[in-house]
Amino acid sequence: MALSLTGYVVLAVLVLTIAAFFAAKSKAKSTANGDVRLLHSLPNYYGYNAAMFTAVPALGIMLIWLLAQPMMIENSVFKLIPERIVEEGSSRGLVMSDVRRVAEGLDIAVAQGAITDTEADNIRSEARDIRALLGEVGVALGSDVEPEVLFAAQEYRTLSSVGAFWMAVVVLGVAFIGAAVSIVVSKADFRARNTVERGALALLILAASLAIMTTVGIVLSMLFESINFFRLHSWTDFFFGGSWAPNFRGDSDLSILPLLWGTLYISVIALLVAVPIGLFAAIYLSEYAGPKVRSAAKPLLEILAGIPTIVYGLFALLTVGPALVSIFGRGDQGLLGVEWMSGATAVLTAGLVMGIMLIPFVSSLSDDIINAVPQAMRDGSFGLGATQSETIRQVVLPAALPGIVGAVLLAASRAIGETMIVVLGAGAIAKFSLNPLEAMTTITTRIVSQLTGDTDFASPETLVAFALGLTLFVLTLGLNVLALYIVRKYREQYE
Amino acid sequence: MTDATTPSSVPAMTPLSGKGSLLVQDARTRKRNAAEKRFKAYGVVAISIGMLMLIILVFNIISRGTGAFQQTFVTLEVPLLAEKLDKKGNRDPNDLRKVSTFGYAPLLRTAFEDKIAQNGIETELSPKAMAGILSAGAPAQLRDFVLADPSMIGTTQQFEFLASSRVDGYLKGRVSRDSIANDKNISAEQLDFVDKLIEGGSIEKRFNLAFIIGADSSDARPEAAGMGVSMIGSFFMMLVVLALALPIGVAASIYLEEFAPKNWLTDIIEVNISNLAAVPSIVFGILGLAVFINYMHLPTSAPLVGGLVLTLMTLPTIIISTRASLKAVPPSIRDAALGVGASKMQSVFHHVLPLAAPGILTGTIIGLAQALGETAPLLLIGMVGFIASNPPDSIASGLLDPNSAMPAQIYEWAKRADPAFYERAWGGIIILLVFLITMNTIAVILRRRFERRW
Repeated sequence: MALSLTGYVVLAVLVLTIAAFFAAKSKAKSTANGDVRLLHSLPNYYGYNAAMFTAVPALGIMLIWLLAQPMMIENSVFKLIPERIVEEGSSRGLVMSDVRRVAEGLDIAVAQGAITDTEADNIRSEARDIRALLGEVGVALGSDVEPEVLFAAQEYRTLSSVGAFWMAVVVLGVAFIGAAVSIVVSKADFRARNTVERGALALLILAASLAIMTTVGIVLSMLFESINFFRLHSWTDFFFGGSWAPNFRGDSDLSILPLLWGTLYISVIALLVAVPIGLFAAIYLSEYAGPKVRSAAKPLLEILAGIPTIVYGLFALLTVGPALVSIFGRGDQGLLGVEWMSGATAVLTAGLVMGIMLIPFVSSLSDDIINAVPQAMRDGSFGLGATQSETIRQVVLPAALPGIVGAVLLAASRAIGETMIVVLGAGAIAKFSLNPLEAMTTITTRIVSQLTGDTDFASPETLVAFALGLTLFVLTLGLNVLALYIVRKYREQYE
Repeated sequence: MTDATTPSSVPAMTPLSGKGSLLVQDARTRKRNAAEKRFKAYGVVAISIGMLMLIILVFNIISRGTGAFQQTFVTLEVPLLAEKLDKKGNRDPNDLRKVSTFGYAPLLRTAFEDKIAQNGIETELSPKAMAGILSAGAPAQLRDFVLADPSMIGTTQQFEFLASSRVDGYLKGRVSRDSIANDKNISAEQLDFVDKLIEGGSIEKRFNLAFIIGADSSDARPEAAGMGVSMIGSFFMMLVVLALALPIGVAASIYLEEFAPKNWLTDIIEVNISNLAAVPSIVFGILGLAVFINYMHLPTSAPLVGGLVLTLMTLPTIIISTRASLKAVPPSIRDAALGVGASKMQSVFHHVLPLAAPGILTGTIIGLAQALGETAPLLLIGMVGFIASNPPDSIASGLLDPNSAMPAQIYEWAKRADPAFYERAWGGIIILLVFLITMNTIAVILRRRFERRW
């Protein structure tokens, strides 16, 4: 019901907007007695101005209303629910979701004609089996409906429909006022273009600030839940504890250190693969390769960067892992005849595959940086009789070193934040071990496993994922800022 | 250095030794040249390793994934016995509906008994074991057929059933008599029976369209699983991303590139955007879970939520590439527009933006391709862990009903225990990569065709 009403309101506002556009345009023309040269702005600008004043404030109010209304209704409905039910239902959120579900069910029942609207407002659970009624219309409830919950749901419905009604009135009213005012002011000497352009600029600024809002959203959403987590769990255990053993009956050990160890170990292996290969590939492409080789090899290498990470994850789990097992595992049947590796998921599996993924990342960044080293430095070195490799090792690389360090740091930040490869290839066991053939787990893997499936947002076992996410965010952000700072500093040096 | 002008005062350069010659390299030069060759070889090796990995990856995907596009079918003539399906004999659809799929299973057994009688196949298998080579969905297929057209009851119809995943694996070489030693789902005798049916031409392997357009299936029926519904889910997500990320991204870039004054606020926005581009994708998933699902109560697993999360993730990419193409439009265009009396806003919207459009489009397509392959944030907003079985019937249900997405579907299959699903996962990757390659090719073509060098 509410959705369709919202839809009609949007439609009405749009129709009004189009009407206002043409009305204002012709009004402006008529004040100039049909001579458009007398107008301050082109006729269309009067139309745009009217359309802007009709649609933007109305739709803006509507958006805010739609976001705010559920919260206000929830607050007032929640007062109707006695403490007793909240205790049984374990948390406010769960009871409220029950209420919402019943209210939705009643809406559907009314829409399907199983009950009338007034019935829906007046039925009592003593008189009728609500669960069965809602079951008939396809809304399955987990338990019987408490009278208080039903009452709250009815109140919820009433408030929602009242809210929706007033929203329609206010939004349409604002749209009408906007349309009327803008049509009235559309006279020949009205500076329509300037108003429209100011409005457009405001929209552009709004779009640009969305980037900031995203960051603020990321930080706040994780910060709030992390604070909730640290209320339930001691921060000393999280940062300095030694073991990770979530236990859904409570009393878990939730320490980030074993996860951080796994993350860093895998990242180091990945960088050990990616940095030498990527760096040498970049050196060859920028210093030795002819234009033909370069134009063929560079895009081919970059294909590796465009492959989705889920593909690498599957590659790790089903190809690289089993291949490693056939070398290092399986006892006598393995290639080496040793029993060092038992399963396909291991630090080495994930590290190798992640290394492959990072090769083009390192190579294209280093390529740019090596190319930025001024040719005069190379020429000077050649002039002194150095060979090309001596020039590269003793002149170009030292000059490019800060930039390359920046590139490696960026690659490290990618490795730390990488999810799919480690979810599929690294395993699920949190421990401190130096053996790269053992399964280990990482921060991102644990975030995924704590937040998927049945989650209860009041338990530390779920909330820990937000603290992990915040740590990951801070870690990668720190690396990125440092890397960008180094790269920028380096660029300035040669510009 | 004045001495240098009087060479006579400097002792004459003597050759290092009598043996020195330009034609014969001395030991040090040889060493240096060898080092030079080695260094160059390292570069060649590094590039070769990269290429080799690419080849292995592509070969692996193709060799393991193409099997998913073929499926084994069993052709059977099934007598639709009236005494089993319609005991009352009145063809009343309501009564027919009461016969569950269990009621149809005996028909398949009868069909197999007829088959061996006709073809003279000798086997010791019970009829039930013979029917075991069919997919578990075969009775449901029969039932749907009968319910769609009750007048067929009493006739004998020819059907093509999916073979069970083990039989399918046997034809594709994944399952052998050795590998099924401990398998409860199939026996060596059944495989013998399958061999005889292949000889008789009733079992064959052919192209399986259902993998591309069909829905996912339960754990027990890998042979029936398809990508179709998750493809629709991905499509709706991309629709949301395109509808939001393109206008917002272009608007933000126009402001930052053309209008923004140089001050601390715009500096913050710029630093912010470059950092957002490097934030791990899973963090965007956490944001989506906390804001869109827990706070705004948008439905879990909905493509709308997935699209919103991917929009936030793709925005920095689109902004960065849009700004680059705006920057590439020479200032003379702007100056000329301003010179003939256009306002700043008109010069941007009427002249700069159209000239930058090909570059913006290219960047947007690349951003979309990146979003299409992203998995991690989708895991957190619940687009895995269930079976996306029904295609949506309207745009609203396409946006709001739970669905999966292509990469999430691949992940889901990779997690399942049955190796038959691995083949599906590789096949899904082929489909996903076909989409990505197409999008990137379009981007490259657009760039080649429309990009102007000033």
